[in-house]
Amino acid sequence: MNLVIVPLGDSAVRISLGDKIDEGTNGCIRKLINKLEKAKISGVIEWVPAYTSLAIYYEPDRISYAALCKELEKIHHSSVQFHQDKPVVFEIPVCYGGEMGPDLAYVAEYHGLSEQEIIKLHANREYLIYMMGFMPGFPYLGGLPEKVAVPRLENPRKSVLPGSVGIGGNQTGIYPADVPSGWRIIGVTPVSLFEPIKEEPFLLSAGNYIKFVPIDKEQFLKIKKLGESYQVKTYARE
Amino acid sequence: MTMPLFKVLKPGLQTTVQDSGRLGYQQYGISPSGAMDSYSMQLANLLTGNPLGEAVLEAAMPGPSLEALNDVSIAICGGDLQPMVNGQEMPMWKSSILKKGEVLSFGKLKSGARAYISFAGGIDVPPVLGSKSTFINGKLGGFNGRALEAGDILYGHPAVMKNKFLHPDLIPEYKKQLAVRVILGPHIEKFTKDTIEQFLSSEYIISAQSNRMGYRLDGPKLSHIGGADIISDAIPLGGIQVPANGQPIILMAERQTTGGYARITTVISVDIPALAQAQPGSVIRFKNVSIKEAQDLYIEWKRLFKCLSLGTGL
Repeated sequence: MNLVIVPLGDSAVRISLGDKIDEGTNGCIRKLINKLEKAKISGVIEWVPAYTSLAIYYEPDRISYAALCKELEKIHHSSVQFHQDKPVVFEIPVCYGGEMGPDLAYVAEYHGLSEQEIIKLHANREYLIYMMGFMPGFPYLGGLPEKVAVPRLENPRKSVLPGSVGIGGNQTGIYPADVPSGWRIIGVTPVSLFEPIKEEPFLLSAGNYIKFVPIDKEQFLKIKKLGESYQVKTYARE
Repeated sequence: MTMPLFKVLKPGLQTTVQDSGRLGYQQYGISPSGAMDSYSMQLANLLTGNPLGEAVLEAAMPGPSLEALNDVSIAICGGDLQPMVNGQEMPMWKSSILKKGEVLSFGKLKSGARAYISFAGGIDVPPVLGSKSTFINGKLGGFNGRALEAGDILYGHPAVMKNKFLHPDLIPEYKKQLAVRVILGPHIEKFTKDTIEQFLSSEYIISAQSNRMGYRLDGPKLSHIGGADIISDAIPLGGIQVPANGQPIILMAERQTTGGYARITTVISVDIPALAQAQPGSVIRFKNVSIKEAQDLYIEWKRLFKCLSLGTGL
C-alpha cells in the first residue's frame, strides 16, 4: 500500500496511517519513525507523531516535496527489519485525593463508586502515550476506562499544581506545569516530566506507556525531596 | 568576554529575546517560537556582523527603553516603531553605534508591527534546548523564560564596528492590504469546494486578538462538513485553522505543536515575514499557489541570504 502523504505548507508533510485512534495505528507510526531515524534523510529536520499521523518537517532548499515523498515511499516499502526497542512502561507515582486531588470525590460520586474504587480503576493499568503536545511534556494518553470518565469542569481552574493528574471526558493525563485546566484533578505526581536543563529533558515520549501507581502523602513528600535523583521505575512491555 | 549590554528602563508591551527558533522538540510539545519576522531578524544580524540566526530583541508597540551599559553597534530592522537615541530619531535598516549611557527608546508606530534589534556580538542568554528564543507560555528560553521587565540587565559581547547599510531594494514596504499565498489543505475533506472558494475570494481582517501564537481573522464565516474537530495532528507555521465559529486563525511562531481544529490552508514560508509585520486591522486576501512555486520562492529566499552573508564575509 502506498503512503497517504499530504503537504502541510511548503516545509512539512503529513503521513496518515489510519483513521482510528488505536494501538495498531500507533504501532505503524512507531515503525515508520524507527525507519526514519535509521534513514537519516538529508533535509529532514524533525517529526511529530500524532494519534493517526506523522508530520515531517523539512528544509525545501535541501529536499523538494517530490523528492521527499519518493524517499518516504522508499523507506516505507523497504523490507529491512530494524531492531526496534519494546515500548517502555513508566510507573508514575500519584498521590490521589485529598488536597492533591480535589475532584476525586466528585468523580466517585458521579459514578456511584467509592474513591478507592476510582483509584483502583485509574491506576494499575497501562496507558499508551499516543502523542505529546498542548504544552511541553504533556502526554495524550489512551485507555481510560469508561467507568471513570467524567465531564470537564464548567469553569476551568485558573491554575493546577505541576504534576496534576486529571480526567477530562474520556481522556486522562498529567500537567507538567501550572496551567489553567478544565479537567477534574484527582491527584498529583511528585515526578517532574520536563526538566529543560537536564541532558534528557523529557521523561516521556510518544509510543511508550504510563502506569499510575498510588502512593500516600508521606511517599509523595519523600519522592519530592529526592527530586531529580528519584528514578522512575520502568519495565519493557511485552 | 561577557559584558553588560543594556539595562531595561521600560520593558514595553512585549520585548523578548528571539533567534531562529527551537527546532527538534516539537514531538515533546515544545513550540519552536523564534522571531515572528525572520527576514528582519536576519538582516539586523547581518548589519551588526552577527551570524544570521543570533539572538535579537523582538519588540512590539509600545517599544522598550534600554540604557546601553557599554559601547555597542546595533541595528534595527522590521516595523518602524520610531527608534530614538537619547530622544533623537535614529535610522533603521542600518547599523549605528550606541554609546555607553545612551538610551534607546521608541515612539509612535509608523509602519509594521515588530522591531528587531540586533547587538554586535549577540545577546548572552543560555541556550535552552538548543535555542535562545523565548517561549513565553512554556516559560523557557530567552531571558529567564519571559519578556523583559524593568531593571533587567542583559549581557553580551558588545563590539563596535564600521556602520553598514542595506540596498534600498532589501527594505520591505509594509502595507495595510496584504496578498498572502497559501497551499491548500491538509483537511480539505472538512470543507466544500464552495467554502474553499469563499475563503480564497474574500477579504479577512486581522483582529485585535492577535499575538505571537496566532492571528485571529474576521471575515465571512466558513462552514465545515461534519464539524470543526479533527483527530489532533501537528500544526506547521502558517497553518490556518477554522474553529467551530468559522473565523480562521493563522498559527504563528509561538503556536502549539498540535491541534484539533480543521485547517483549510497553510501560508507559504516566504509570506510569513510580511504577515508578522501586519497590524490588527490589516486586510488579507489569500491566493492559492502550488508547492513547487512556494518551494522555488523559498530557495530563492535562502539564496539571497547566502549571497548577503558572502558579501560580508560571514
